Amino acid sequence: MASRPQTLYEKIWAAHVVERRDDGTCLIYIDRHLVHEVTSPQAFEGLRAAGRTVRRPELTLAVPDHNLPTTPRVDAAGSVLPIADKESAQQLDALRRNTAEFGIDYIDATAAAQGIVHVVGPEQGFTLPGTTLVCGDSHTSAHGALGALAFGIGTSEVEHVLATQTLLLQQAKTMEVRVDGTLGFGVSAKDVILAIIGRIGAAGGTGHIIEFTGEVIRNLSIEGRLTIANMSIEGGARAGLIAPDDTTFAYLKGRPMAPKGADWDRAVAWWRTLATDPGAVYDKVVYLHADDIAPSLTWGTSPEDVVPITGVVPEPTSFADPSKQAAAQKSLDYMGLTPGTRMQDVPVQHVFIGSCTNSRIEDLRAAAAVANGRHVADGVRALVVPGSGLVKRQAEAEGLDRVFVQAGFEWREPGCSMCLAMNPDKVPPGERCASTSNRNFVGRQGPGARTHLVSPAMAAAAAVTGRLADVRDLMETTA
Amino acid sequence: MRAVTKVEGTAYPWGAKNVDTDVIIPAHWLKTISRSGLGRGAFETIRAQPDNIFDDSRYAGSPILIAGDNFGCGSSREHAAWALSDMGVVAVIAPSYSDIFSGNAVKNGIVPVVLPQAAIDRLVEVAKTNIVTVDLETMTVTTPFQDRFTFDLDPFRRQCLMEGLDEVGLTLARDTQISNFETAMAEHRPWIENRSGYAGTIVEGDRRT
Ligand code: SF4
Repeated sequence: MASRPQTLYEKIWAAHVVERRDDGTCLIYIDRHLVHEVTSPQAFEGLRAAGRTVRRPELTLAVPDHNLPTTPRVDAAGSVLPIADKESAQQLDALRRNTAEFGIDYIDATAAAQGIVHVVGPEQGFTLPGTTLVCGDSHTSAHGALGALAFGIGTSEVEHVLATQTLLLQQAKTMEVRVDGTLGFGVSAKDVILAIIGRIGAAGGTGHIIEFTGEVIRNLSIEGRLTIANMSIEGGARAGLIAPDDTTFAYLKGRPMAPKGADWDRAVAWWRTLATDPGAVYDKVVYLHADDIAPSLTWGTSPEDVVPITGVVPEPTSFADPSKQAAAQKSLDYMGLTPGTRMQDVPVQHVFIGSCTNSRIEDLRAAAAVANGRHVADGVRALVVPGSGLVKRQAEAEGLDRVFVQAGFEWREPGCSMCLAMNPDKVPPGERCASTSNRNFVGRQGPGARTHLVSPAMAAAAAVTGRLADVRDLMETTA
Repeated sequence: MRAVTKVEGTAYPWGAKNVDTDVIIPAHWLKTISRSGLGRGAFETIRAQPDNIFDDSRYAGSPILIAGDNFGCGSSREHAAWALSDMGVVAVIAPSYSDIFSGNAVKNGIVPVVLPQAAIDRLVEVAKTNIVTVDLETMTVTTPFQDRFTFDLDPFRRQCLMEGLDEVGLTLARDTQISNFETAMAEHRPWIENRSGYAGTIVEGDRRT
């Protein structure tokens, strides 16, 4: 019986300590491990070279996503189509061979369950509250939406987890980000997390685990919570957590890999005890109010460069910190923007609706509601990339694909797509993209590509107007 | 992993803040299935610019890189550490790092030295013309002048770097502790192991169109 009130993070941490070393470092047990093609080949190679095995293969799940082209994967006759890029094909092949060799469950690119690791985990019920979950990908933070302590790891750590099912970690500090109030018209989970990062800065959460709390977070669906936790890493925090509640349990119940029967009841009973105790202390606390959050977007090349859509491109001199002034000037040069320009007057050539931040069914519904009955503006290429095959099927069952296609959007196969320039979906140099992904770094969507991070509804608004647009203006005119 | 106790030599006097992993190694270099050869792609976007610091003959092959706040932010890609290693960097000096990057650095024999901004400013000046020394024995960064900056590093990380330890091997030696934990887990949280669905099989495609 712990007498001191504990945070959600401290409770999950305590439940996973295998051993505490004298220097305070802990050997932490890892319950769930997701693997994709890009950050795993060298880890499997390391195991092989040292003659080591995978300790608990059943606790790992592999799915290809980053490299996969989002064009059809089988032809009309059902034959698997080859992947043109030799290196991608080699990496995808390596994942298939490695998982077969080491006995790890693998979801093939042609399976309906395939998708982006961070969409697949929750969707399959592989991600569970109170678990430690890792993946060789920084956006593993997303899974914290279900109350899992989830974070990205490097390839050496992937190898470490495969061989030992543990990681050596230092306990992090805790940070509460509380968002009170009720979100205004046209404001989505994406706008909330952009506002949070704008407030705390891209390094604001470094060394901390963020717990998102407050009325706004509680009222979000799991899809919305995933969007929030996903971008914890853009705020510098390796993980973001949201306490599991009835919304979480309802979402998980009956998922293929979720506990069943008596296991389910025991699990829920334990999960209910995980919420932060009243009186528990965080190392840092940040409050935001929903009234201060508008539909937002980024103007620069750091995710902290956030303005409301009604705002203008800032003057670099408006920042107090001289190094931030210099960074802002560089950002603006790269982005091809002039201070004082209204964000809504900036034209776009590309729109990307997808990525592990915003490619779930709710995201597609929000975008489709704006696209419905409208058409993609001349000179704009707009992609809709569902996060998984199951999301795609669901969207098709709801007729969303027809809405998008009639409006002139491309309807693609699931994968990371234009989120990162690793597969054929890229933004050409100097061109501008309104993107629902999570990173606006220099070159992220392709060398020279200019990225503005937005919500799915805002992305659809940009597609149909051909510029960065305030989705509220379009929503008002939607019947 | 090769052990490192002291790094002495020229340093890239860069000082840039928020250097993200896409800058260190762009995504298209991540299609490799090996750890070597990534130095060719390191800082590709910076190197595309004329007069960049990395192609400056005064600093070519430097074992030390001096950078600003939040170095290595962005993705978890260990390719960033492999790329630095491949270009010969053995120590980075910056006011702060992304958590994932500093972990990856240590695992690849790169020392992530943390020094305050004032020290960074001074070192950037010195490094334009002189060498810099990072010493894990004394936990200092020194220059040929009177500069002497001490830094902290987690003792375990320091030991791993200085002895070139293999962390996987170290943890495998804790097998009894891990097995005990698993036994307790099977009792208290049985659902972790009783994962249903797709168990033990490769999930093949269902040939959808
Ligand atoms: S969608 Fe983007 S951020 Fe998410 S896993 Fe893929 S590449 Fe990473």
